[in-house]
Amino acid sequence: MRAGQVAYYRDLIWVLVSKELKLRYHSTAFGYLWSVLHPLAFATIFLFLAAVCKIPRVGDMEHYALFLITGLFPWQWFANSATSSNYYFLDNRSLIKKIRFPRHFLVVAGVLNDTIHFVISIPVIIVFMVYYRHYPSVAWVALLPLMLIVQFLFTTGAALALASCNLFFRDLERMTLICVSFWFYLTPVIYDQSMFPQRLAWMKYANPMAPIIICWREMFLHGTAPLTALAAACGWAAAAFAAGWWIYRSLQWRFAEIV
Amino acid sequence: MSSVAAVSFREVSKRYPVSRVSSDGMKGLLLHLPRYIAALCRKAKMFSALEAVSFEVARGECLGIIGRNGSGKSTTLGLIAGVLRPSAGAIETRGNVAPLLELGAGFHPDLSGRDNIILNGILLGLTRRRVMENMGRIIEFSELAEFMDQPLRTYSSGMVARLGFSVAVHLSPDILLIDEVLAVGDEAFQRKCIGKIQEFRARGVTMVFVTHNLQDVETSCDRVALLDSGRLVEIGNPAEVVSRYRAVMANR
Repeated sequence: MRAGQVAYYRDLIWVLVSKELKLRYHSTAFGYLWSVLHPLAFATIFLFLAAVCKIPRVGDMEHYALFLITGLFPWQWFANSATSSNYYFLDNRSLIKKIRFPRHFLVVAGVLNDTIHFVISIPVIIVFMVYYRHYPSVAWVALLPLMLIVQFLFTTGAALALASCNLFFRDLERMTLICVSFWFYLTPVIYDQSMFPQRLAWMKYANPMAPIIICWREMFLHGTAPLTALAAACGWAAAAFAAGWWIYRSLQWRFAEIV
Repeated sequence: MSSVAAVSFREVSKRYPVSRVSSDGMKGLLLHLPRYIAALCRKAKMFSALEAVSFEVARGECLGIIGRNGSGKSTTLGLIAGVLRPSAGAIETRGNVAPLLELGAGFHPDLSGRDNIILNGILLGLTRRRVMENMGRIIEFSELAEFMDQPLRTYSSGMVARLGFSVAVHLSPDILLIDEVLAVGDEAFQRKCIGKIQEFRARGVTMVFVTHNLQDVETSCDRVALLDSGRLVEIGNPAEVVSRYRAVMANR
């Protein structure tokens, strides 16, 4: 029974993820390239902005293009999942009303789908790295899976909460859009963490995405992990996942009544 | 008794809160503020979809549920399927339940017929391997072999329903819930569906079905339950319950 259950859940995830993968760039000419083109296009805006405004090149910002994409790619993963999570349950109304199945798998599959798109964009980061004479380090073997898990847990927690709450409070999808764009500028994606003024330094740890982005960038550029940021990222991920799961568990029995 | 029952309802009630606050959002809130405050202070009004309903379905039995629109038939199926949770009372089911509350739940118009079979089959509780083992039979039953690699949006609604039914009948449930799904496809396909359902009965599958077709109920059910405004009016011999329902309807 247990083994059967595990096999079933694996198949459920597989079928939901492969459905999303098939559908996302369905009938577009560039297909998967869009997962890379979007953050790259985004990066050119900031390159232009940096040139025009003569933003000081602090710390790792020396090679600004590389600096940007090491932050933008993981950010894009989070932002995509967070904004689309509002529709994970909403778009599957008929399933929720008519079939009994573990509904959180819709969320897990949705986030996993964005995770896969992030993973297949890592080679693009490596191309940029090599161009600027940075090379992947052995530490990636441990750090890459760890960071993937940390960001996956954090994103899934947030997505569970958003997907569940949006069924009851539809204004949430608009709020999410605004919050995510605010959040982007509050997170050291386009600027270096050292640029936080002294009295705002706490924001490095109070904002869950800040330590996550800091760790990614540190991993890509230096093959290391700053321990405080890593600990903060793990802590936030665990807390977000627990909170998201709790919210989902306490609301989910009413889903079929409300959709 | 309850040890052999496949489905048992004990004093089951299902109530929904009637929305106290209307859905016209912020503007309505500001315009009618005093009324909102008064409404919030009162206790929430509840709409009762089912009220203290008790019955049992024995293993291998076929129970039909009839009643007017809004009498609680679909709520009953939703409760057995486990998509809804009762407000009071207890529900027990024995064995795995296949809820055919909607044919082809989860079908996606842009996926091919074959991909939709896999998606729907897994969502209904089969492992991928089981779906693949049954793929040939499902396609054959649906009579849609030449359309299998076309996207579902090119299918007619009758073809979609046929595909959905074909997946559903290849599940191997202990309890089958059917909500008005027999009316799919042309006459020949309907005969095939009824044949398949009789096959299930012969295999000892418990069945609960909701329909407005009283003739179906009389010919294929062991017992019939009549619901009215969420209450169980009568349960028993199909001919008797159906004639009582007809009499009630005639008096309206």
